[in-house]
Amino acid sequence: MSVTAHAPGHASGHEPGHDAGKRDFLKLVAAAGAAVGVGAIVWPMIDSMNPSADVLALGSVEVDLAPVPVGQAITVVWRGKPMFIRHRSPEEIKAAQDVKLSQLTDPQTDAERVKAGHEQWLVVIGICTHLGCIPLGNKPTDPRGEYGGWFCPCHGSQYDTSGRVRHGPAPLNLALAPYEFTSDTKIKIG
Amino acid sequence: MAGLHKSEIENPVLNWIDTRLPVITMMQKEYGVFPTPRNFNYLWNFGALAMVVLMIMIASGILLAMHYTPEKTMAFDSVEAIMRDVNFGWLLRYGHANGASMFFIVVYIHIFRGLYYGSYKAPRELLWMLGVVIMLLMMATAFMGYVLPWGQMSFWGATVITNLFSAFPLVGEHIVTWLWGGFSVDNPTLNRFFALHYLLPFVLIGVIFLHVAALHITGSNNPLGIDPKGPQDTLPFHPYYTIKDSVGICVFLIVYAAVVFFAPNLFGEPDNYIPANPLATPAEIVPEWYFLPFYAILRSVPDKLGGVLMMFGSIIVLFVLPWLDTSPVRSARFRPVYRVFFWLQLLACIVLGMVGAHRPEGIWVILGRVSTAWYFLHFLVILPLLGKLERPLPLPESISRAVLRGGGGGPLPGGATAKPMEKV
Ligand code: HEM
Ligand code: FES
Repeated sequence: MSVTAHAPGHASGHEPGHDAGKRDFLKLVAAAGAAVGVGAIVWPMIDSMNPSADVLALGSVEVDLAPVPVGQAITVVWRGKPMFIRHRSPEEIKAAQDVKLSQLTDPQTDAERVKAGHEQWLVVIGICTHLGCIPLGNKPTDPRGEYGGWFCPCHGSQYDTSGRVRHGPAPLNLALAPYEFTSDTKIKIG
Repeated sequence: MAGLHKSEIENPVLNWIDTRLPVITMMQKEYGVFPTPRNFNYLWNFGALAMVVLMIMIASGILLAMHYTPEKTMAFDSVEAIMRDVNFGWLLRYGHANGASMFFIVVYIHIFRGLYYGSYKAPRELLWMLGVVIMLLMMATAFMGYVLPWGQMSFWGATVITNLFSAFPLVGEHIVTWLWGGFSVDNPTLNRFFALHYLLPFVLIGVIFLHVAALHITGSNNPLGIDPKGPQDTLPFHPYYTIKDSVGICVFLIVYAAVVFFAPNLFGEPDNYIPANPLATPAEIVPEWYFLPFYAILRSVPDKLGGVLMMFGSIIVLFVLPWLDTSPVRSARFRPVYRVFFWLQLLACIVLGMVGAHRPEGIWVILGRVSTAWYFLHFLVILPLLGKLERPLPLPESISRAVLRGGGGGPLPGGATAKPMEKV
């Protein structure tokens, strides 16, 4: 390549050194132009693999909480993910509030994880933050682990009644999703 | 360099072709008269076996794809229809599923053969590294293939493995969403996995071509690990090794057929006959057996990112192995201490495989940690030191001398007069 690139320079009798500077500049511009061009076409290709508009549009779900008795939990699907909605008993709320932050892997107070005035409702994404299994604990027959929340069967992570990780390889608390109360017994997730 | 090739083929039609595109001459040079060490043992069959399995996988895979539907509500049923309704569909599917297991058995033996006989050492470093790339591609292909039947293990295996990437700080979550094409493993994931599962074996063919091309530059290693010094040390590939490979292929096909016909679910997980349910994780998630040692390493490290890095590291370390092993002697036959460590390392890998199959509790946690540590210790500490400390046994003068004497080592009396190797 460099041989052919230099040939015209010699043929037209320019001084090689002087010419080389120009050649380098042209090469640089050509390479930079090509890089931008390639980037411009590679990004759409990569981005085409990201969630498509219809997947993103799976937007929001409304949930009626009235049928959920104290101490029980339900699972609803939001954006293809299971959402755990748990009706906590006063003892469970107290247990969650009484934990010292220094005992937590991912320190967060219970108040940061529920809506003020609706402390009995815990709404979390039901996906173990370790490698994505669905923790057990929503069905009355499920094991809930030592901390009374959820127990992940995959690698043994345990969560408390605020959905915070207390034991095992999971690094983070069960994630929160955006939701709001549309009435006292209805929420809208998303 | 343009110009017609002067072909020596007698058949006029073949000669006409060979003059214009010398593929026949090339095949004759690379697989006919190709000088090959005369002392191969049956462990040298496994490269050819891997090639045979790959062909079987591609053939059965393409036929399966004609009946399979990569859509989440239909995938599971289409696989069941293949099993029940498609003519010989059961044979295609069982052949393909067990073929994957056979592929890994063959390639793992092929790799350990290389470890024992030092086939990764100069001048075969690049050949070896291409082999590691092949292994990575095989793993990716097998992983995505396992997702396609869309059973419980497919779904949750895919979830756990793709989530590995979430361990990386900052970009992790974005990578996972990008891999999924959504916010969980779902239809877009299934679709792209099918596309890639179809593609990757053809990428494999390309890399294997380079692997074999590199092999034909360096020539094969052999059980003695010494270079052939002349024609007396080699045999033409055909008919000697075409026959030896054929024997191996027959034995291999017997084993393979026995599994396909008499124990087709031997390597499978019963849970994968339950359709995928995104809302319920099976009580026990186990990957396919060939991933178990890596899965064990992942779980042995109590930190999420650490586990992921160690797991990838266990393969990355193979890339630099040629430079970690400082001993100039290739074959373990002449390395009495390395030989012991070789078997210990094999044991560590088997133990890791067993650890991966059990819940991480009690003794399995300890075994997992010890063998993970040992795995890395072997490559990163023992091998570099051993090359300096170990006293290898004397190497034989030449392959032919050692072979004709019937057996292993020892210098030969009377100074063998091996002719210098002719340039081929
Ligand atoms: C699809 C998978 C593979 C195929 C089809 C394949 C094919 C082959 C073939 C045909 C040979 C020559 C015959 C022999 O020496 O056995 C060979 C040699 C070799 N392969 Fe592979 N291979 C594969 C995977 C691997 C992997 C995963 C590694 C290592 C990580 C590897 C490392 C080597 C080495 C080092 C040699 C030279 C061995 C010697 O001459 O001693 N191969 N391969
Ligand atoms: S996925 Fe829950 S502990 Fe690993």
